[in-house]
Amino acid sequence: MAILTAPIQALAAVWSMVVGLRVTVTNFFRPQETIHYPRQEVPPSHLDSFRGHIELVGADEDPAKARCIGCGLCAELCPSFCLKVVAEELPVDSAVCYPSQAGTDLLMPTPKFRAAPPSQTQPRKLLSYHLVYHTCSLCGLCVQNCPAGSLRFSHDVYLAGASRGRFEFDLMERLRGQAARGGAKGGKAHA
Amino acid sequence: MSWPAADPCQGLEGDLYARVFAEGARDDTLILNMGPQHPSTHGVLRVLLEMDGEYVLRAEPVLGYIHRMHEHMAQNRAYVQFFPNMGRVDYLHALAWNWAWAGAVERLAGLEVPRRAEYIRVICTELNRINSHLLWWGAYLLDLGAVTPIMYAFEDRELVMDMLQLITGSRLTYSSFRFGGVLTDIDIEFVSRCRSFLARMPERLEMYRDLVTGNAILRGRLEGVGVIDQMTARRYGATGPVLRGSGVPYDVRRAEPYGLYHEFDYAVPVRHEGDCMARYMVRMDELEASLSIVAQALDGLPEGHHIHPDAPRGKWRPPAGEVYFAVEGARGKIGVYVASDGTEIPYRVKLRSPSFSNLSLFAEIGQGTLLSDAVAILGSLDLVIPEIDR
Repeated sequence: MAILTAPIQALAAVWSMVVGLRVTVTNFFRPQETIHYPRQEVPPSHLDSFRGHIELVGADEDPAKARCIGCGLCAELCPSFCLKVVAEELPVDSAVCYPSQAGTDLLMPTPKFRAAPPSQTQPRKLLSYHLVYHTCSLCGLCVQNCPAGSLRFSHDVYLAGASRGRFEFDLMERLRGQAARGGAKGGKAHA
Repeated sequence: MSWPAADPCQGLEGDLYARVFAEGARDDTLILNMGPQHPSTHGVLRVLLEMDGEYVLRAEPVLGYIHRMHEHMAQNRAYVQFFPNMGRVDYLHALAWNWAWAGAVERLAGLEVPRRAEYIRVICTELNRINSHLLWWGAYLLDLGAVTPIMYAFEDRELVMDMLQLITGSRLTYSSFRFGGVLTDIDIEFVSRCRSFLARMPERLEMYRDLVTGNAILRGRLEGVGVIDQMTARRYGATGPVLRGSGVPYDVRRAEPYGLYHEFDYAVPVRHEGDCMARYMVRMDELEASLSIVAQALDGLPEGHHIHPDAPRGKWRPPAGEVYFAVEGARGKIGVYVASDGTEIPYRVKLRSPSFSNLSLFAEIGQGTLLSDAVAILGSLDLVIPEIDR
């Protein structure tokens, strides 16, 4: 019997490789699964849930103006210290009008889970909003906790650049650019 | 111009670790650096080997290439701010680490998690485990010289990443669990994609078996190589597939149940041979077990909140105290110890990562093997380096 064992094992080994080659040959004739970027791009519908860098959401009445109330909660919660919000404090007797907290991003929980702004009584005017994206870890705390529903994720999956400066954004300027193109008001984010 | 009489760098030339390691070496042996550039170390791990011809006499892993101080960072951030770090400790099974952190703080503060959120956690974590094992499968075979399997593995991984992107927004370093639930609810599209993935995978696993598992070359490389007996695995604190490949049926999901794992019916995969093939087969069996758990969770998904309505928001102060919470990651037992002094920043955090214990085995079981076997053994431990260097 020992004489037969070695040839049987050799045949079994060869057969295992034939079975493996059959898989390879079968797959050779299947359609390709990959996308040949940059000749092709991922369909936009596949990017609906993609979390790119954050961007501001335009107010309902003026898409070029951010809903942001300048409370600074996003910057306070950011673990990477990558947000810089500059706001001017207005006189307390100014009319305070907090924007609607309607959900602006399908990814985020309903606004009832959002934190209260640091001060509900001190009205502020947003002067500038800067994002240093190259230190952002995309945790989503800013978007989740924004009391005004003023932040959302962009779907900019093809963001690339040769210098750090390319990843530092003036989000207010970006919002104005989006509004000029007619794509900033509520709803879905745009790259 | 005159040169100084004594070179101030005298005695410091060469590599510190190599010099220390070489002290006990025989004259007729070769000190070999395996990594950090060697492909089988995936870039950052370095192992010093003392070679007698093709045989390994001694092996010494050298750590510290991507030291990031996760534990210290936890002590400088609010509890919720530490979540993104969890995706970086083990980037291949980030959701298990998410769960470990969320679970530890929830246990500390006595927070309740809605049933639906628990189910979503199970589904996401198991899908992430499948993702991790698929990458290990492809990369391990790549280490052993088979190039095509990683292409097949990535084809399936892509589907899982698409699904997880739907709920977490990310494709690798997820940060989607929160205290008291998860960030996003799952929708009908996710469920339908998940079901089609579950229907597809049995056929794919069959294909994997045909392509590789039964292959005579692979079996020749793995069977009887790197045998870890039960006591050695226990002595080093090995967990996960490494321990279960040595015949110990220890799985945190069963031994110290957390979440709603006790409601799911699945067998803990165990192999008794203790060699590289046993660890390989445990992971292949775990792919099937995870698919079964996801199917059960989808069938029983309850209605309700995905995060508790009274979940803490922003920076908050859990009560003072200390807590330990463990989960089963793709590589083994993940433990988080938190000591709180009642402020909004943890007083002390200690992370227990499985890769660290599993790598420690290598110095012992690598001895006396061939260099090509050392590659097979190192790969079979499924190491993720930030876990070791945390």
